[in-house]
Amino acid sequence: MIRPRPANPLRANPFPAILLVVFLLFFVVPVLWLVLAATKTDDQLVHGAPLSFGSWHALSANWHALTGYQDDAIFLWLRNSALYSFLSLVITIAVAIPAGYALAMTEFRGRRTLLIATLTVMLMPSATLVVPLFLEINAVHLIGSMWSIILPYSFYPFGVFMAYIYFSTALPGDLLDAARIDGCTEFGVFRRVALPLAAPVTALVGFFSFVANWTNYFLPYVMLPENDQLPVQVGLGTLLSNVPQFNPTAGTSAVERPELALATLLAISPVLAVFLFSQRFLVAGMLAGATKS
Amino acid sequence: MTTRTTAQSARAGAPARRRALLPGRAGHAFVAGYTILLIAFGIVPTGYAIYFAFTNDGGTFTGLSNFTDAASDFRYLPAIGHIALYLVCWLVSLVVFVVGLSLLLHRLGARPVGKVLRFVYYIPGALAGAASVMVWLFMLDPAVSPVSFVLRAFGFDTFTQVIAPGHLPVLMTVIAFWTGAGGWIVVMYGALNNIPHEILEAARMDGAKAWQTARRIQIPLLRKWIVYMVILAFAGGTQLFVEPELLSQASNGMAGRDYSPNQLSYDFAFQNNNVNTAAAISVELLLLGLVVAAVFVARSGFFDAD
Repeated sequence: MIRPRPANPLRANPFPAILLVVFLLFFVVPVLWLVLAATKTDDQLVHGAPLSFGSWHALSANWHALTGYQDDAIFLWLRNSALYSFLSLVITIAVAIPAGYALAMTEFRGRRTLLIATLTVMLMPSATLVVPLFLEINAVHLIGSMWSIILPYSFYPFGVFMAYIYFSTALPGDLLDAARIDGCTEFGVFRRVALPLAAPVTALVGFFSFVANWTNYFLPYVMLPENDQLPVQVGLGTLLSNVPQFNPTAGTSAVERPELALATLLAISPVLAVFLFSQRFLVAGMLAGATKS
Repeated sequence: MTTRTTAQSARAGAPARRRALLPGRAGHAFVAGYTILLIAFGIVPTGYAIYFAFTNDGGTFTGLSNFTDAASDFRYLPAIGHIALYLVCWLVSLVVFVVGLSLLLHRLGARPVGKVLRFVYYIPGALAGAASVMVWLFMLDPAVSPVSFVLRAFGFDTFTQVIAPGHLPVLMTVIAFWTGAGGWIVVMYGALNNIPHEILEAARMDGAKAWQTARRIQIPLLRKWIVYMVILAFAGGTQLFVEPELLSQASNGMAGRDYSPNQLSYDFAFQNNNVNTAAAISVELLLLGLVVAAVFVARSGFFDAD
């Protein structure tokens, strides 16, 4: 869809541009520092200029030290995280998008109850739910299985609400009625009308669920006792507790801070890749001209 | 995907003989999968936690004694005071800046600079928990910080001065905003994109300035999203945990220990093995979140099916 571009709207008044730049610096400077930290030695990190580049040599030394940690443990952690996050993401999308659609576009018994229950559960402090979840998972003998975190991750009320709000604000009821009058079943309406229009919210839900699963620390920490099952967040926690500056009792397998910086960058890169991928689906004007009102 | 074509073919292709099913039954089928997960991993654990809050470790009903135990802890009232201050800073900055920045980014539209800014604003969102401890330890220490000139401009020369108790609500707001705002900006930006272009065009024809369009058209149409954000940000704020914990780790316990009720609850559960008092604190936070949610939901028509 080609629209005439008005002159750059930010040129006339400099205030918005200044605000955008100030926030750009606020968000980017710590990240830039972290990227540069991975290229330094621990000594340079403390005594060098904060935003200077260390050396390629130090970067490569950090890389070898990191991959040497428990024989490539970092790659195993990343692989585990990818597996857990992806499987949960698939289940989340498969249940959350239809649920959000039904809550927004249809009337059925228990609709309001479901909305209230969802919101209530979302407002419960999640740290408190870990102990009951542990007891529950333990009762069905799933502790130590990857399903002990994949299934709880798949329950993603935040995503159901996003789908609910998306459909209720962006999808015109007229469009569904038109399809119904033309003979579509309720499932046909969903599959042939609502689903094709749900790309932006599917991308949003998928992205946020992926990030929530990828960055979750506490649940896998409790549910997965085996070392080779750890996801990368718990792995980072292990690394952190082996850095002498953060934990004076760290043992012999000491980890230096630039290594931790490098591990952090590796840990966040899949999230950023998924962000860039899903951003393409958040396009403008999906529903322009769908109805005539 | 050419969405309009799909919608049109759905309209033209289907034979027009069957009436729609009763929506009631179809609705249940759509929510079935989610309902199972909701019960198993939402309602049951929440019910379990509420049960804990009213019993002792032997499972005997104890009335409100867990609640009075929590309230009589010397750290309890200060923790409530802390989050009250924090909530004011957090909610105001989140609503004002997220909505403001999203509107500005939306005006940039599909320009590459808009895409880059959205991406960069989001990056810290990927840095959760352990990943950001080191970042903040260095950012807030004037001796090694890349922004030490900013810290010094405020008159702070040492890390200890930066993390003085009076600064904590603002510091935690800064940290929470740094990781949390980008995600909400993505959500709001997406929502702004769903406002039909014709409406904005009409406003422009009528001579509405950007500010008037935002205030009279865009913000009212974002209402549900903003209400959703406020409800979750309020609950999230009362459950403040990661940021004080992070400051406490970074400062070796000098600041941020037992700062919030949620940390206190965590201490009860995992340091004192007292799940019951921990659950009582969580139930209080849940009630608080529900009261605020109820007010917003009732006033905004949040649950109405359109």
